[in-house]
Formats: sequence, structure tokens, C-alpha cells
Amino acid sequence: MEKKAVIIVGGGPAGLAAAVELYNKGIRDILILEREKHLGGILRQCIHDGFGLTRFKTTLSGPEYAQRFIDEVLEKGIPFLTDTTVLDVSEDKVVTAASRKGLIRFQAQSVILTMGCRERTRGALGIPGERPAGVFTAGVAQAYMNLYNRMPAKEVVILGSGDIGMIMARRLTLEGAHVQAVFEIQPIPSGLPRNIEQCLNDYHIPLYLSHTITEIHGGSRLTGVTVAQVDEHFQPIPGTEKDYTCDTLILSVGLLPENELSIDAGVQLDNRTRGAVVDEHFQTNVEGIFAAGNVLHVHDLVDFVSMEAEALADSAAAYVTNGPLPECPVQVIADGNIGHTIPQKISGQKDVRLSMRVKRLIKDCRVVVRQNGEEIAAKRMKKALPAEMIQILVKADKMTSTGDLEVSIEC
Amino acid sequence: MLREFTCIICPNGCELEVEIQDGKAVSITGNLCPKGVTYVQQELTNPQRNIATSVPVKGGELPLASVRLTNPIPKDKIFEAMAEIRKLSVEAPIQAGTVLIENLLGYDSNVIVTKTVEKKQG
Repeated sequence: MEKKAVIIVGGGPAGLAAAVELYNKGIRDILILEREKHLGGILRQCIHDGFGLTRFKTTLSGPEYAQRFIDEVLEKGIPFLTDTTVLDVSEDKVVTAASRKGLIRFQAQSVILTMGCRERTRGALGIPGERPAGVFTAGVAQAYMNLYNRMPAKEVVILGSGDIGMIMARRLTLEGAHVQAVFEIQPIPSGLPRNIEQCLNDYHIPLYLSHTITEIHGGSRLTGVTVAQVDEHFQPIPGTEKDYTCDTLILSVGLLPENELSIDAGVQLDNRTRGAVVDEHFQTNVEGIFAAGNVLHVHDLVDFVSMEAEALADSAAAYVTNGPLPECPVQVIADGNIGHTIPQKISGQKDVRLSMRVKRLIKDCRVVVRQNGEEIAAKRMKKALPAEMIQILVKADKMTSTGDLEVSIEC
Repeated sequence: MLREFTCIICPNGCELEVEIQDGKAVSITGNLCPKGVTYVQQELTNPQRNIATSVPVKGGELPLASVRLTNPIPKDKIFEAMAEIRKLSVEAPIQAGTVLIENLLGYDSNVIVTKTVEKKQG
């Protein structure tokens, strides 16, 4: 079996950034495996601008952002295979993939999981009613329009206020469809405020909070949906139902890290993120298997995906060169206001950037990190939104390697 | 008059409170950077937006090349701009960065390709 120092599963933004950084750290025996025809991942269909403001200090479209990394991969001659779907990663890091040349198999010293995420579908929501054509996730509609030159809709209703849903509301409007409204079951929007402004308000598309779809109507094609207001337990309020006539329903109701391969490799998942439990090296419970990007936890901005993958690559390079990484015995524990933190375990001996999301809108608060009762890091937030990922840097000289880190929101 | 704005310049999405007198901002609070001030002044006089769309590619490995504007244009010209871009089609190969329309609708903004599309093989 052919041996590789590092195999990267997925050539999207996380995989590309990891590959380039590994190369910069002196690792040459790398192989990126990508199931699509081209590198770039989901960025290829995200043709709107707004990417790269943090990383490149300029606003780029998704394809341009991806191309910056692809160009580096090409210049450095980092090996990659497209049209190659990884079928299995084993606990002892044997990677099996289906490629144009047939089944291929590698023994890797280290495996980097950068498979990204998938959209939650109608099936996962269990919306009652008929099963007509015309119900799409936002990303599928985006692929139809931006990759395959197919216009999927004329009269549109959108369920969920995720960023991709709002971006598709604008995209559909620009291409001549009529987007009637966006309905969000939560009392606050799930996407970023700037997208509400520039994708909905600019085009006079109303956003109804605390509303959901209670029934889907249609035969071979969608003919309409029934919408109802919901109470604080997300239960439809009888008497508030209203029918909308539409041929298309777009769902933007959440993203789920795609971890089937990770599970088979024996990687332990965190039921809050649905991604791997990782330490500060972005190493999973399986030695030599690392994860970063949306497969680890769903990010708000691709710039942070790249940064995280680069941090991972630094650790993976150290692992490949010097063997096992330092132990991470310190647990990171979040209070009830925080959905999750990444990483979940740290050494307490190295600066660490904690990523997290709040569960609800909290105004005028502080994110506080304590160890053994002592405040060791804090960040003041005017407004903490579930739509935004919060990052806080904890300095090594403030920490010890005993005692859990406790992260809390204080008002 | 007090009016609220959400700055769209970067993902921070600052919520700005703006005191307006005679159509001019006399005080702006809530912005994390000076771009928020520029944004509000622009919104009050002549709101600007960028757009992204695609153009068909003949003989390409992909049917579409994505495009965007190099600078934002007045918000109320977006649909006119879309109509101009819709007239375009290009031949493969086409490189990212290629200018397809210079000075779109007479503004200081070009339509550029954002995705390279190679020729279809065979």
C-alpha cells in the first residue's frame, strides 16, 4: 500500500488552507482528495462578494477567495486528486477512495478531515403535507442557478433565515423570481444582520420571526404552503394559519457537519457541534486524525475556516515530524448561554483561541474565561448573536495545566 | 430624527444610531470603525451596492462564469445593471479577472469574471 505523510479529505477552503500551511511548514508528502471535479468546495457556487475581508483586507467572491488558495496549491505543486471520493478512513489511518483509476488505498501517517457540512433538509424538519417537486435547500437552489444555469423558481417562499437562504432571496430576485417572504421559527434571525439589510431589506422582502410552515401543498409541483405563528415553545398557534401560493420553497434551516467518515474512523463527536471533539492541536481522540472547518463546527465566515485549518496544519506538521503532540488534560466547559466551544480540551501551556457561539441574543455582556476561579481572559460584547462565532484568545502565561477552563457570559 | 442603520461593509454588521437633521447625519454612534460613518453618509445621499451574477460560456467545461462589479453602483440601478450583464455571453477559455464591461452604465465600475472556465475537452 502506498504511504503518505498526510492525506487531506476534502479540497474546500479548510483542506486547501491546511495543505498550503503544511507545505510552508516543510511537509511535502501531502495528498488532497476531492470528490468534485474541481478544488474549491462550496465556495465555487458562492458567487456573491464579502469573502476575505478579514484575511485579505478586500472583498472577494467565493470563487476568487478559493482561487487564491488553489493558485498556491498549484504553484507549490501540492498533489491533489479530484473526482475522487473517500469511502473510508480507518482508525489506523488507511484511506480508501473511489477514483477515475478505480479503488485507491493509502496508508497515511496523519489524516486531516475537512469535509465541510451539509444542509438540513425537509425530512429532518418533518414538515407535514404532500411531497411535490419545488422544495429545495438553499444550497441546492444556489447550485442550480450558479453552477448549472438552471432557474428553479418563479414564486418563492423561504423557510429559515440562514445566510444562504437570504443570499438566495436576493439572487432569485435579481434573476426575476418573486420572493414573497422569509419565515423564521426562532424569535431572532439566524443569519448575519448585514444579510438581512442587503439581501432582504434592499429588495423589500419581509422577514417574519416566530413563524413556521405547517403544511406543504401540491401534486407534481408545489402549489403553496401554510404558514403559522409559533408560541415560545415553537408550537403553531391555532388560528394564525395563512396560505401562500408559490411554486418553490427554499429551506435555509441549518447546517450539519458531514462526519460519516469520522465516525467510521472511531472519532468521537460532540453532540452540540455534531463535529469531532478536538484538543488545541485540532486533533481528535484518534491520534494523528485532525479536523477543522465546517466539519468540526459550522463557521460564520470562511476567513475563520482558513485560519483554523492553518492552526491545524501547524500541529499536524509537528505531529508528522516529531511524533505525538503534548497532552491536553484541561477541559473547556461552557455555561448554559454558550452552545459549544472549540477546542474542547487544551494543554494549558500554549496560547489558545477559543471559538464559540451563544445560544440566544445577549446584549451588553462579557465573555469570561476562568481557571481555578480566576479570570484569565475576557471580551466585552455589545451584542452577542447566535449568528456570529465569537473568538477569544487565552494567553499561556495566564493558564496552568490543572483545573478546567470555565467559559461564561456575564451581564 | 433618530434612525438606525445596519452597516453592511463588513461582517461585524454594526448597528448604528444616527441623528439626522435636514437629511444629514449630525451624530453617528455604534460604529466600530470609520467605514461606518462613510456608509451612513452614502446611505443618506446615494446608497451603493455591489452585485454578483453569472454569464453563459460557450464551449466551456462549465456552462457559467461568475461575475461581479469592481465597485458598487447606485442601489436603484441594480436591475438596469442586471439587464446589461444579461446581454453578455463569452467563449471559453475565459480567465478570472477578465473585464467584460468597462464603466458599467457610465459608473466607475467594471464587470469582471470571478471564475476561470477552461475549454471543454474533446
